[in-house]
Amino acid sequence: MRAAAQAALADLGRWRWPEVAFWVAAWGSWLLLPEQHLLLNEVAILGLFALSLDLVLGFAGIISLGHAAFFGCGAYVAGILARLGWGDPVLGLLAAGLVAMGLGFVTSFLVLRGSDLTRLMVTLSVSLVLFEVANRMAWLTGGADGLQGMVVGPVLGWFAFDIFGSVAYAYSLVVLFGLFLVARRVMHSPFGLSVRAVKGNALRTAAIGIPVNGRLVAIYTMAAGYAGVAGGLLAQTTQFVSLDVIAFHRSADVMLTLVLGGVGYLYGGLIGALVFKWAQSWLSDLTPEYWQFWIGLVFVALVVIGRERVFGWPAAVLRRIAR
Amino acid sequence: MIRRSFMAALLAVPFVASAQAQQTVKIGLIVPMTGQSQSTGKQIDAAVRLYLQQHGDTVAGKKIEVVLRDDGGVADTTKRVAQELIVRDKVSVLAGFGLTPLAMATAPLAAQAKVPMVVMAAATSIITAQNPFIVRTSQVLPQPAAAMAQWAVENGIKSAVTLVTDYGPGIDAETWFAKRMKEGGAEVLASLRMPLASPDFAPFLQRAADAKPQAMFVFVPSGQGAAVARQFAERGLDKSGIRLIATGDVTDDDQLNGMGDVMLGVVNAGHYSAAHDSAVNKAFVGAFKAANPGMRPNFMAVAGYDGMHAIYQALVKTKGDTDGAALVEAMKGLSWESPRGPMMIDPQTRDVVHNLYIRKVERVDSELYNVEFATIPMMKDPAKP
Repeated sequence: MRAAAQAALADLGRWRWPEVAFWVAAWGSWLLLPEQHLLLNEVAILGLFALSLDLVLGFAGIISLGHAAFFGCGAYVAGILARLGWGDPVLGLLAAGLVAMGLGFVTSFLVLRGSDLTRLMVTLSVSLVLFEVANRMAWLTGGADGLQGMVVGPVLGWFAFDIFGSVAYAYSLVVLFGLFLVARRVMHSPFGLSVRAVKGNALRTAAIGIPVNGRLVAIYTMAAGYAGVAGGLLAQTTQFVSLDVIAFHRSADVMLTLVLGGVGYLYGGLIGALVFKWAQSWLSDLTPEYWQFWIGLVFVALVVIGRERVFGWPAAVLRRIAR
Repeated sequence: MIRRSFMAALLAVPFVASAQAQQTVKIGLIVPMTGQSQSTGKQIDAAVRLYLQQHGDTVAGKKIEVVLRDDGGVADTTKRVAQELIVRDKVSVLAGFGLTPLAMATAPLAAQAKVPMVVMAAATSIITAQNPFIVRTSQVLPQPAAAMAQWAVENGIKSAVTLVTDYGPGIDAETWFAKRMKEGGAEVLASLRMPLASPDFAPFLQRAADAKPQAMFVFVPSGQGAAVARQFAERGLDKSGIRLIATGDVTDDDQLNGMGDVMLGVVNAGHYSAAHDSAVNKAFVGAFKAANPGMRPNFMAVAGYDGMHAIYQALVKTKGDTDGAALVEAMKGLSWESPRGPMMIDPQTRDVVHNLYIRKVERVDSELYNVEFATIPMMKDPAKP
């Protein structure tokens, strides 16, 4: 019995070739598309951010409209540390993740209360409150002028950030890959399965002896840390932080990104980020004035044509070719 | 591997500017075409296109190509777009910069790549001090603020409240208005700051009115003036006996017409009015309106137009050399007659020097205009020594 369960778990966590191909392509893009490193860096960061949302939305079923709170928190922590002279990127990133995790842990108790609609409001409110705090504490965050004077040292004391974004992209990709592996491992563990069970039916899950609230707090805290690291990456690679990192549209964009790529299978956020950023960059080059109209139209069309199926497509394709 | 490409990148940086000494000179124009500050982008874009149309796209034997990009008024996007323009499109000059944070975010990058940055909108004093490649053709907020205070003192205003947007240029305006008021023996009763994002002016206007000053001095960024005017009228403040005085940003030519009669008689200080009485301006306004039906050029448009002029003149002086340092050197000390009146690029600070006009909103031929009635000639940025 126990052996069978372990085998089933191991089978679930086995690497399939489309996954391998995905990461080979991701690393290949660093070598083959040097012109695109700046954009790809943003894709990697948005991908990590969307992965973080996937953990709470796709796996635990917590709807969040304020995920930018953690992203912004991480960005400001990394930014402020760099301004105070703690320019080491890896330490800064670690601090960004830990502080965001702390914030996630504290606010997770608010999220536990109430159902979906309440959660929507609570998460949104947390991000709005944080936005105003950042705006008010101009002596620390620079307020609406943005955080000036960040000095970010070379990664591991060796690779300085260049204006082509090559080091930035490699750095973001390494961090994304590392955190992805952790998320994959966690989600295929008994813990991950119990989190999924909570999403499926919280009452039954509680009935078989799984502490529902504990699971939600844990996954929410972990996701907050991921979002914080994503924010820290943005701050360090652009060497600038503005109030925009915590603005409502970040939360909305990341939700859109995740839904676009499909929820609940880890790759959705990454694929969504690629499609979203690429479409955004391509359309805004084509028509700087009206690109928002076109991008809106594309998304509306996707919903109208495909409904669930369109958003489920990457998962469906992956499942089919993996068989 | 990473290290090798990093070394290559480092070595390549100095060549970014000089490698483009070919036949086409690209100018990367980054402005907010979407979002809260989109009117700024649209005015600048229209003026830049007008300049190209009037002066041709060839100067000093080079073909000029303007690459327009939108940043939505978001600083990290501005920086990323600027980086792409430098690295991928190999632009020789960056221009635009709708708001102070956008210019500040890009400044270190332009310094690293040695690409001139022609600031056509952002107006905080410290911007030009960020790196030696920044040249400004818009305005500096201490200019209209100091000019306004000077006028207020001379016209018997003894007490005022300042009401500014809480970011770089607003704080500049507040500081310099208060400084000149105090020097003139007048009093600033309260200094109120309003948030930049999603502003609701009503409570601030009420608090300002509650202090019962003789005048209320207002600065908001271009595009937000109409909302201030509406809420000022809704609160009945136009009938309260408190004088509204402002920087020209509030009585923005682009929106002034839509603000209605509440703005009639409002005195403000600015460097450009579409009603400026000169042949150069009449030609500019006529051509601008013909090319962009339904739009009236404002101070953003004129800064875009003058920015292009500075770039063209610099290219003439360098005989087509696009080296960043040479271009900036050529722009220093340039002076010409702009639609706003005479203007100069200060050779020391690379900042704009121009006439400041005291204007009153009046109805001219059924349209509202800022009509100039006093001039402070060739004012430098008072915040720079």
